[in-house]
Amino acid sequence: MNAVWAMARRDLLLALRRKSEVLTALFFFVIVCSLFPLGIGPEPALLRKIAPGVLWVAALLATLLGLPRMFAADHQDGTLEQMALSPSPLGLLVAGKILAHWLVSGLPLVLLAPVLGIQFDLAPDALGVLVLALLLGTPLLSLIGAIGAALTLGVRGGGVLLALLVLPLYVPALIFGAGAVEAHIAGLAFAGHFSLLGAMLAVALFFAPWATTAALRIALES
Amino acid sequence: MLSVHHLSCARGDRTLFSGVSFSLAEREWLHVKGSNGAGKTTLLRALVGLAPQQEGEITWRGEVAPSDNFRRELLYLGHHAAVKEELTPLENLRLAASVDGLALSEREALAALIRMGLRGREALPVRVLSAGQKRRVLLARLLTRPAKIWVMDEAFNALDAAAVQLLGELVLAHLDNGGLAVLTSHQPLPVSGGRELVL
Repeated sequence: MNAVWAMARRDLLLALRRKSEVLTALFFFVIVCSLFPLGIGPEPALLRKIAPGVLWVAALLATLLGLPRMFAADHQDGTLEQMALSPSPLGLLVAGKILAHWLVSGLPLVLLAPVLGIQFDLAPDALGVLVLALLLGTPLLSLIGAIGAALTLGVRGGGVLLALLVLPLYVPALIFGAGAVEAHIAGLAFAGHFSLLGAMLAVALFFAPWATTAALRIALES
Repeated sequence: MLSVHHLSCARGDRTLFSGVSFSLAEREWLHVKGSNGAGKTTLLRALVGLAPQQEGEITWRGEVAPSDNFRRELLYLGHHAAVKEELTPLENLRLAASVDGLALSEREALAALIRMGLRGREALPVRVLSAGQKRRVLLARLLTRPAKIWVMDEAFNALDAAAVQLLGELVLAHLDNGGLAVLTSHQPLPVSGGRELVL
């Protein structure tokens, strides 16, 4: 477990030194979410209806924005080689990188979401459900995204390919994440949505670092 | 200790080299030579397990390598700087050690950097250092990471005369301690007694 923390600490320190990359994705999230109320106009009923979907799609796209850089720098400067040859298992180091990615680009989205939700006239309890859904969903986005980032590593024009590869895999998270909030607004039970999100997260926690490691080893061979 | 038997590697359809065999015991080192594109880097990468091997067998202490045990005793320094430009040399060294699961105090890291001639540079971002100084930051890992076998690809590139001399001394000390080394270089090395392998 020490390897996970060590890697996460290194990536957090790097993110701190390269703030612009992180802030770009966050501003993107804020701006996209703010454009909808401005474009659609002040119709509270309609805004409440589209809020969960818009916030979730914006979160998906904001995550996607930072994904190509997840392993690119380490690949370019040779650090990835050193990670692969380290006495620490590569799978744990990859898990550390995914953890850092979530802390830097997933957690801020969760914290910003309630503020942005106010623009859509969401009730406080709906905002609570939204935050919980994002709290379960954004780690899933980082985990699945890591597989895509590793598979497209070193590929020219990899960014577009990454979007094509990863966005379809994000669909279940989007459906159940946004669905939980919609169900709550409609007065229905949303526990089932959370259970499914949680189940997907558990599966991804187990498989994603492993699959990412396998993809990274292939990228290193060429 | 390390033995390579009939190793072949290809890049795409082209066979780079085939039937490479050698073995190294403690206190021995191998100088891999060859023209540009002969496959020196590929041989080294295959040796450490980064590149796929077509045929052949590599064993370390009688066990098929590259294995976990082999990796624990290996230090590989490739073409790349493998240092983070945004971090200082001190941070680079200490974070690399903690990722490898080693405890490295600030004093030990500082001593290694001073030995590599980076006194006064330890708190600057690596970004502002010269190519040779970046290389020295990487080479400081030779002092902080205990390893039995050193595999170094063009380690003497971009270094000035004093650093070449220092690196030569480090390799010799490593061999004296019972270590092994596999090096590639186009220039004559300040380390004597090595075996040669021409690709």
